[in-house]
Amino acid sequence: MLPNEIAISVQGLKKSYKNVTVLEGVGFEVKTGSIFALLGSNGTGKTTIVKILTTLLKHDSGTAVVNGFDVAAKPDSVRQSISLTGQFAAVDEILTGRENLIMIARLRHLDNPRQVADDLLKRFGLTDAADRRVSTYSGGMRRRLDIAMSLVGESQLIFLDEPTTGLDPEGRIEVWKMVKELAGSGTTVFLTTQYLDEAEQLADRIAILHKGRIIVNDTLAELKKLFPPAKVEYIEKQPTLEEIFLAIVGKKEEKDNGND
Amino acid sequence: MDMGVMFGRSMRHIFRSVDTIMTVTISPVAIMLLFVFVLGGAIQIATDNYVNYLLPGIMLMTIANGIGYVSYRLLLDKQRGIFERFHSMPIARSAALWGHVLVSLVSNAISVTVIILIAFLMGFRSPAGVLPWLAVVGILGLFTLALTWIAVIAGLSAKSADSAGAFAFVIHLLPFISSAFVPTNTMPKAVRVFAENQPVTSIVNAIRALLNDQPVGSDIWVALAWCVGIMLVAYVFAMRVYKKRV
Ligand SMILES: Nc1ncnc2c1ncn2[C@@H]1O[C@H](COP(=O)(O)OP(=O)(O)O)[C@@H](O)[C@H]1O
Ligand SMILES: [Mg+2]
Repeated sequence: MLPNEIAISVQGLKKSYKNVTVLEGVGFEVKTGSIFALLGSNGTGKTTIVKILTTLLKHDSGTAVVNGFDVAAKPDSVRQSISLTGQFAAVDEILTGRENLIMIARLRHLDNPRQVADDLLKRFGLTDAADRRVSTYSGGMRRRLDIAMSLVGESQLIFLDEPTTGLDPEGRIEVWKMVKELAGSGTTVFLTTQYLDEAEQLADRIAILHKGRIIVNDTLAELKKLFPPAKVEYIEKQPTLEEIFLAIVGKKEEKDNGND
Repeated sequence: MDMGVMFGRSMRHIFRSVDTIMTVTISPVAIMLLFVFVLGGAIQIATDNYVNYLLPGIMLMTIANGIGYVSYRLLLDKQRGIFERFHSMPIARSAALWGHVLVSLVSNAISVTVIILIAFLMGFRSPAGVLPWLAVVGILGLFTLALTWIAVIAGLSAKSADSAGAFAFVIHLLPFISSAFVPTNTMPKAVRVFAENQPVTSIVNAIRALLNDQPVGSDIWVALAWCVGIMLVAYVFAMRVYKKRV
């Protein structure tokens, strides 16, 4: 693989907080333009990895290279080429959605902050709410704005730390759609998640973090081979609450659209 | 330029929560009313204008009030991940912090101006010219900066909104045990020793003398030394906390 085809390269990464060891030698590579999912249960160290890769936290040993720059040696160059959507929506509640976007565009020294904000608001379906304070937004809208803020400046690599945790099923699907669009436009996406189905839906490659190490790192197709072979069984399948909810909401939307 | 963006952001916060300025100024105004109209008759001070006497201490109380909100805003930015967002961007690491500091200066200036206007309505008059007033602005600015850096430490170390503002309570008490309301020579010995040697007394005395166009003597140097000293020490610790926690 050519070096410029690799967006992230991590080797032997170790990190402890005081007396707790969180990462005990983590290694993986992320190909440019792909969606990479880091899967792990709560407290396994996903956020720790994201923080190290986005220069927010120093690691103890090992190397991490992002877009060709060592995160420890060249943090400024790393920051130029990445964008982070943290685990909790980092939006300014007192500003409006539009003002949040314009603020980030100004900080990224873009030529036309207003235009950039308008385009993103439109793309994320926030135009109607653009001039309302974010404190009035729903969880899904906040998350959308949060992700939109990360897209200001069109970084080549974006980090999404548990982008759908805490969202309702509808919000989740919206975020999934956005991530797919992003990857479609050539952006590399590094995302963390606690849900297998999310990784399944989105990722080209899935790595599972467990007890401080990557225990599996493969494509979905290969991963599926590791699972116990599918058995054919006949059971009466009750629809899940999620399916019922989506069915109702879906019908309602069809009706609403029909009325337009 | 990035700092300008940060500053603009926080100024919006202030102007969208005008109630903050109200909350900050209301208790000093209430205390001023209480002392002037209720207790003023009983307080024997060799001055014909008790509002003039009170104003310097009331100004300091107003700033102490405003400082609590500085901590609170910092805590929110930390908790909401706003600092992380900024720090993962290619901008100076300190820009986010300095935005808060600038805003502290501006918002406290607004609150103190409000207090001066209210005092004026209550009978405050000053014979001082431009230079003494500038000196007062300078001292108040330094006092605000000193408290702001303490607020940064509190806000970034705090776990909840209550603890973020708790330190302001202590600062709030200091004017009561100083020359802000009554001369220190009326106090019992032990209290008096404390009152005469704590920062608020020298700051109040210096501002009072400047506003009344009287000679300030050594008070102004003691006041400046306190402000600059506290500011430098708090700044060093605040930067340490900022590097460590944010
Ligand atoms: N600042 C910190 N100090 C001490 N321990 C921490 C700190 N941050 C995280 N941890 C611990 O490190 C482990 C991994 O945390 P984190 O990376 O947030 O996991 P995840 O994102 O996978 O849920 C957890 O056990 C957490 O309690
Ligand atoms: Mg996490």
